[in-house]
Amino acid sequence: MIETLLIAFIKIVIVLLVLLTAVAYSVYAERRISAFIQDRLGPNRVGPFGLLQPIADVVKLVFKEAIVPRNANKPLHDLAPVISLTVALATFAVIPFGNTITLFGEEVKLIIADVNIGVLYILAFSSISVYGIALAGWSSNNKYSLMGSLRSSAQMVSYELSLGLAVVGVIMVTGSLRLDQVVMNQTNYLFGVLPAWNCFVQPIGFITFVVAAFAETNRQPFDLPEAEPELVGGFHTEYTGLKFGLFFLAEYAHMIVASAIITTLYLGGWHLPYIDMIDVSPMLMSIIGILTFVIKVTLVLLFMIVIRWTIPRFRYDQLMGLGWKVMFPMALLNIFITGLILLLLQ
Amino acid sequence: MKTDYTPDTSKSKIYEALIDQYTSIESDDPLGSDMVLNFGPQHPATHGVLRLLLRLDGERIIGCVPEVGYLHRGYEKLAENMTYHEYIPHTDRLDYLSPLANNMAYALAVERLAGIEVPPRAQYIRTICSELARISSHLMATGSMAMDVGALTVLLWTFREREKLYDIFEVLTGARFTTSYSRIGGVAQDLTADVEKMIHEFLDYLPEAIHECERLLNRNRIFVERCDGIGIINGDDAIAYGLTGPNLRGSGVGRDLRRDRPYFVYPELDFDVITHEGGDSLARYYVRLDEMYESVKIVRQCLDKIPEGEIHANKPKKVLPRKERVYTRMEEMIHDFMLVNFGIDPPAGEVYSAVENPKGELGFYIQSKGGGVPWRLKIRSPSFVNIHALPHMLKGVMVSDVVAVIGSLDPVMGEADK
Amino acid sequence: MLESYYPIFLMLGIAVLFSVVMLKASTLFGPKRPTDEKYTTYESGMEPVGQARDRFSVKFYMVGVLFILFDIELVFLFPYAVNFYELGLFGFVVIWIFLAIQLIGFIYEWKKGALEWD
Repeated sequence: MIETLLIAFIKIVIVLLVLLTAVAYSVYAERRISAFIQDRLGPNRVGPFGLLQPIADVVKLVFKEAIVPRNANKPLHDLAPVISLTVALATFAVIPFGNTITLFGEEVKLIIADVNIGVLYILAFSSISVYGIALAGWSSNNKYSLMGSLRSSAQMVSYELSLGLAVVGVIMVTGSLRLDQVVMNQTNYLFGVLPAWNCFVQPIGFITFVVAAFAETNRQPFDLPEAEPELVGGFHTEYTGLKFGLFFLAEYAHMIVASAIITTLYLGGWHLPYIDMIDVSPMLMSIIGILTFVIKVTLVLLFMIVIRWTIPRFRYDQLMGLGWKVMFPMALLNIFITGLILLLLQ
Repeated sequence: MKTDYTPDTSKSKIYEALIDQYTSIESDDPLGSDMVLNFGPQHPATHGVLRLLLRLDGERIIGCVPEVGYLHRGYEKLAENMTYHEYIPHTDRLDYLSPLANNMAYALAVERLAGIEVPPRAQYIRTICSELARISSHLMATGSMAMDVGALTVLLWTFREREKLYDIFEVLTGARFTTSYSRIGGVAQDLTADVEKMIHEFLDYLPEAIHECERLLNRNRIFVERCDGIGIINGDDAIAYGLTGPNLRGSGVGRDLRRDRPYFVYPELDFDVITHEGGDSLARYYVRLDEMYESVKIVRQCLDKIPEGEIHANKPKKVLPRKERVYTRMEEMIHDFMLVNFGIDPPAGEVYSAVENPKGELGFYIQSKGGGVPWRLKIRSPSFVNIHALPHMLKGVMVSDVVAVIGSLDPVMGEADK
Repeated sequence: MLESYYPIFLMLGIAVLFSVVMLKASTLFGPKRPTDEKYTTYESGMEPVGQARDRFSVKFYMVGVLFILFDIELVFLFPYAVNFYELGLFGFVVIWIFLAIQLIGFIYEWKKGALEWD
């Protein structure tokens, strides 16, 4: 009992450290990539190639004055960023970032919490994350923040439906709610050559899920809750210092987690195709698995970043229209087609 | 520190104007769920310090009252206390996205007042400058409109092109931003071969650069749907509100002072007046894009046709002499002394001179009672007039559209508030 | 069974701890120079007109109502999807009868204009 908890603790610490570093550097990556896209230099002054920029940013934020507007609801104002970040980090608990690894004679599963309802857990936590933004907007007592949080609530609940419905297709194929099972199921091959990743098995579901995931993470083109031109900063207008930093961390943590979920559900997770055809030692296999997972997540992340700097932002009615009139029927259609094909193949 | 702080702004004039203007049986608010929101002056999307007081029902706008004047510097009054020459740098600060065009417009007005004929070479240089300023301003307008809609990248790309323009301005005028290039009766320096080469290089590359931005926006469904049918104003209304420039031509009214009331060397040049039907944000965006291509055409023709010759009118009593002559010759030194200290002394009378600026019709109305300073100078600034159409255009659109419409209207507050 | 959830609670605990530490760090290290204007809410540099906590438009609630309806549908779909192979054709037909009823409601809403967001 104690032993399992200790192993879990070690895994959590390692994962959190990696995750937070990744968050810090995805901010850096975003700034450098956007600079590249826009013919600018981007941060290049702090350390070699500006690599220490994230640290400088955090230090700056720490020494900023913490301002809570006098009309704000202080407890909720403090609670909101905590919810946002906690939810983002905790979602990672059920994502398998590798198969198993044998260390000191003990086989360790590379997943923090090997629960049997991983998919439901993810959906549940993505619903909770709306509270962070909604509370932030409401407690600030600022009209821009309020509108930002109203928009985000509406947006998140609408796209949650498509998200959930898209996942139903994956579950139908897998027959389980376990995420490691979902990955295992994708290690097969279609027609003997094509890896049986769910993005090939379920193209409609994949597109629906990716779009919904963009919306859930409030990324461009769905970043209405914080649309700078109209709502100034949206829900975090009244946040300063590290409290703002928490929201910032949460946004990027959400991005990374969303990339990890997309990787796990649709892109074969830690599985590197065709590697099982050559003979490698189990230890090397585990490491390759982890690396594959990291690389896939990075690629999805880069895709998200490039999208952000390429296309404009939706308007509220367009966003809701897309969510309800396109994504929702599309996700239902996906379930129908998946069911039909699976029944025919049976 | 007060703990519960609710300032009473319901007494303010602008608030009353908002509530009175749109209270009718239909739009009266039985649920009390309308929200009154200050949009500006300290806001990232209002292009400076424009303030809009909005009345919202959810995301939809029921009423809007614009308020200008946060950047008022009293330029019209300032003009009454300085000589005609001294006022030129102040015109830089009107529409600060196209200072060169303002310089030329003002110099033209004073010349019409004083009856000075500018030599052809200077006329050509002025035309080139006006068109380069138009490109600079339209690049900015396109970029900032894209930014308001959420496509930040286009803004940076247009800035890159404007940077090249500023390099040209720097060599041509000696300053990148506040050029103060025109003189009454001519321009400050001659257009050298270096500058000509730079302009040629710029013109060769510009269409490609604009096309690059177009590729990012014109076929982007999100962008088109964000702008299509938003902020509509039809031709009649546009005329009634006094819109000018691209905003009027976006409503399908082909009025362009360059063609309708020619000045400089425009009559000798071949160019089209761009109009787009539709009257929405998208049409105004297209007008600006196409006008940039036209401007390229105009500048090319000017560079081909530009004659050699003087760049100052030969009127020693009105036109500032060259500096090297002031230092070496008696006659010029006396003239310089008289002009700097007592002004150009135009005949008593009045003149209204308008040119087609990037933002619309920029007019200077000058009333002279003789002497060195204008008795009254009135600026008809296009942005100021254009902003007045905002409530009409914003009725019934959504909050996100406010920024798109302001962006498509392209106001510059330095000019609107004068 | 429940044992597999302990790491999640551990993770939640650590994440909350981390967030709270960061939250406090800002108040500990940051300067404190309160002024009257600094503590007003931001409204584009003007004095706020009224409060943000007045009633706001009822339209936002429509989304919530729609969501509840279809989220319940979603909840029913999960157990079905897990047991998809066991239930076979019979299950497929039954679930689509259920979904069809929901779909009729969805189409009705669409036609009624509940999906016109303004």
